[in-house]
Amino acid sequence: MRIQVDQDKCCGSGMCVLAAPDVFDQREEDGIVELLDAKPPQTLWPDIREAAAGCPSWAIEVDET
Amino acid sequence: MTAAGPSPASPAGTPTTAHPEPSSDPGTSGGACPYSAHAETSAAPLPETLPNAAPRGACPFDPPPVYQQARREQPVIRTKLWDGSSCWMVTRHDDIRRTLRDDRFSSDSNRPGFPFLTAGRKALTTDNPTFIRMDDPEHARLRRMLTADFMIRKVESMRPQVQELADDLLDAMVKGRQEADFVADFALPLPSVVICLLLGVPYSEHDFFQRCSSIMLRTESTPAQVTAAQDELHAYMAELTRTKRRNPDDGILSRLAERDELSDDDISRMGRLLLVAGHETTANMTALSTLALLRNPRELERMRAAGPEEAKAAVEELLRYLTIIQSGVSRVATEDVAVGDTVIRKGEGVLCMINAANRDEDVFPDADRLDLARPGSRRHLAFGFGVHQCLGQPLARLELQVALTTVLRRLPDLRLAIPFEDVRFRTDMLIYGVHSLPVAW
Repeated sequence: MRIQVDQDKCCGSGMCVLAAPDVFDQREEDGIVELLDAKPPQTLWPDIREAAAGCPSWAIEVDET
Repeated sequence: MTAAGPSPASPAGTPTTAHPEPSSDPGTSGGACPYSAHAETSAAPLPETLPNAAPRGACPFDPPPVYQQARREQPVIRTKLWDGSSCWMVTRHDDIRRTLRDDRFSSDSNRPGFPFLTAGRKALTTDNPTFIRMDDPEHARLRRMLTADFMIRKVESMRPQVQELADDLLDAMVKGRQEADFVADFALPLPSVVICLLLGVPYSEHDFFQRCSSIMLRTESTPAQVTAAQDELHAYMAELTRTKRRNPDDGILSRLAERDELSDDDISRMGRLLLVAGHETTANMTALSTLALLRNPRELERMRAAGPEEAKAAVEELLRYLTIIQSGVSRVATEDVAVGDTVIRKGEGVLCMINAANRDEDVFPDADRLDLARPGSRRHLAFGFGVHQCLGQPLARLELQVALTTVLRRLPDLRLAIPFEDVRFRTDMLIYGVHSLPVAW
């Protein structure tokens, strides 16, 4: 799984941090998404899928090919 | 399905998962609404045009039955607004997610066709708009000045402070008394004090700003009343901002004032928005959640026994089940866009009924049942969706988690002090809840 975040699209809702706190964080200065782990272990994939689906501004892209 | 015949707008591309039959076995299991109300929905055919403020059914925790029926039978339907104009009403979870995440739907209330919920709302949102009534990039520019204050880590660091405040309020509520109004003595002051601290607004002024926000959110308020209340609050915030420029503190208003890019009016608008949104919503969720738990003893005991993680999940389910934003979330199409099978034309308005979406059986099986351990309850749309999704949601979650667990832990005999039938629900306000909640312990 490869993950990409789009900081321009991000609205800082923090939904991804609730879903997968080991993979996503928020920038201190403006709460915008930061990717902690671009190639996370498989055990976290369900949480990451939830984070991508729950992102209100479509800022998380997940590639599972 | 029903006697209404084939649904004229059943969404294409949803092959085998037909909507389940409306609950035919209501009220028999714990966590269901204490009314046999859920079967009433599909009794009559849907009217061609739905009322915008449809009456609630027998269960005061359920969305208006006609919206539930629309979601099952005609999920994109015409609705008539207060001024005789009409727009679209969208009720399914998936359709609303797509609509609110689509930048071809605008939040700009000055665009022709934008659907206003009441006459007062029209005055309120066009007169002196905050960034929730703007589109990107201007919306994003302003919102990003505030996102750091509401990010998860920052809000979580406030937990001890919110806990202490909740304990202090409860101490004061029970001292020398056996009964109190849970709204006035706990549910309202808790978020109100917190947002005041965050902004740098003196809580001692709460009678004033709560009166203003109450007028602004009452559906029957006239445009003149709404405008006057908003102007009063705006002037107060602008004056407070000037004070902060001279004597800064560590609140949000002061930090906004430190930026060179915002005028006093800009800051006042943002402060107004945060102040009103920051206490009305959480206050009503706290009181309504408490009432819903008192009416569902099994779920109440679950909440009382909940550890921190279970309490978090329970709050998500309460947000889903109660969805206090009882009016639609308004947008207007900036080009022709298909929602399900229906093409919304450029310039047509849309109301996204998140209360109906949060009862969508395709997403939440047995949706009319309150189940604090429901898997996936966080998929609710109670905070909206898209780039305008509630900025303060981490704070709202924290306040609800602290408020509900503290009250139930400290008051093991908490009960309603009046007959349930006498509870006054906020059917006259844009944000649902109860006007007061007399309780004993």
